Amino acid sequence: MNIKPKIGVVSCSGECCILGTLSRVATRFILEGVRADTVTLCLPLFLAGDSGEREFAQRFPTVSVDGCHKHCAKKAIVEYSGPTAASVDVEKLLMEWGEEPTGTRKTLSAKDVELAKRIAQEVAERVDEAREAQDG
Amino acid sequence: MTDGKVLVIPCSGIGKPFGTIGREATFTVVDELRPGKADTNCLSLLVMGDPDAKRQVQESRCVAVDGCPLECARKNIEIAGGRIDAHMRVMDLLRDNRGLKPRQVTFLDEDGEKLATILAEKIAAKVDELYTGEAR
Repeated sequence: MNIKPKIGVVSCSGECCILGTLSRVATRFILEGVRADTVTLCLPLFLAGDSGEREFAQRFPTVSVDGCHKHCAKKAIVEYSGPTAASVDVEKLLMEWGEEPTGTRKTLSAKDVELAKRIAQEVAERVDEAREAQDG
Repeated sequence: MTDGKVLVIPCSGIGKPFGTIGREATFTVVDELRPGKADTNCLSLLVMGDPDAKRQVQESRCVAVDGCPLECARKNIEIAGGRIDAHMRVMDLLRDNRGLKPRQVTFLDEDGEKLATILAEKIAAKVDELYTGEAR
C-alpha cells in the first residue's frame, strides 16, 4: 500500500482582526476540498498540547498561513518544530492584489469569501511545491 | 493599556465546530454585546510570548473560552502569567443543549449559530460580573 505523506497547513488564530479570519477560512477551504489530502493543526497546541503537534511539524512539511506581519504561525512552527516548507502572508498578498476586506472578523462579506478562495489557491500552490519537494 | 476591559480569549480550534462556536461567541460579545467592557486578542500572540499580549492578560480579568478538552485558551493564558476569572467550555454547552448538533466548521450551521448565541449571552453575563473599569 502506498501511503502519501501528509502536508500540514497551519493558520494563525488571528482573533484581533479580519485578516486572521481570512487566513483561517482559506485554510479550511484547503482542507475541505482545494487540497483535501492535507491536515491542519491548532496553533496553540504547539505550546499547550502534548508533543504530537510539534512532532508532526518536525516529520512532515508544513505551510503556515498568517494573517498579519507578526507571522505567529510561521514563528511557532520554526520555534517548536523547525523550518516551514512555505509560508503565506495574507496581509502582504492583499496589498499586492490591491484588495481590502469589507466584512468583519465575525462575518465575512461575499467579497471576502471570494478573497479567501483566492488565498486558498495561493496556499494550494505552496502545498503542491512542498509535495513535489517531498516526492523528490 | 487594558482600560479595565475584561479579556475574552477563545481557543483557535480549527478542526471541529466547537472552536468556531467559541470564536464567534467571543466576537459577538466583544464587538456587539459588550464593546465597551470586553476585549480580545490573538491567542497566537500569547503562544509566541508577545510582551504586550502577556502584559494584557496579566493586567486583565480573563475569560477563557475553550472548544475542546485540551483547553488551549486556559492553558496559554496561565502560561503567560494570567489568571482565569471564568472558564467557558463549549463541551459543557453541548451537554446542556443535547438537541443541538453543530456539524459545519468554516461557517456555522443553524445549530452552531444557536450554540454561539447561547454562549455569547453567558460570556456577556460573566463580563458584567467581572467588569470594574480598572485594570487588575
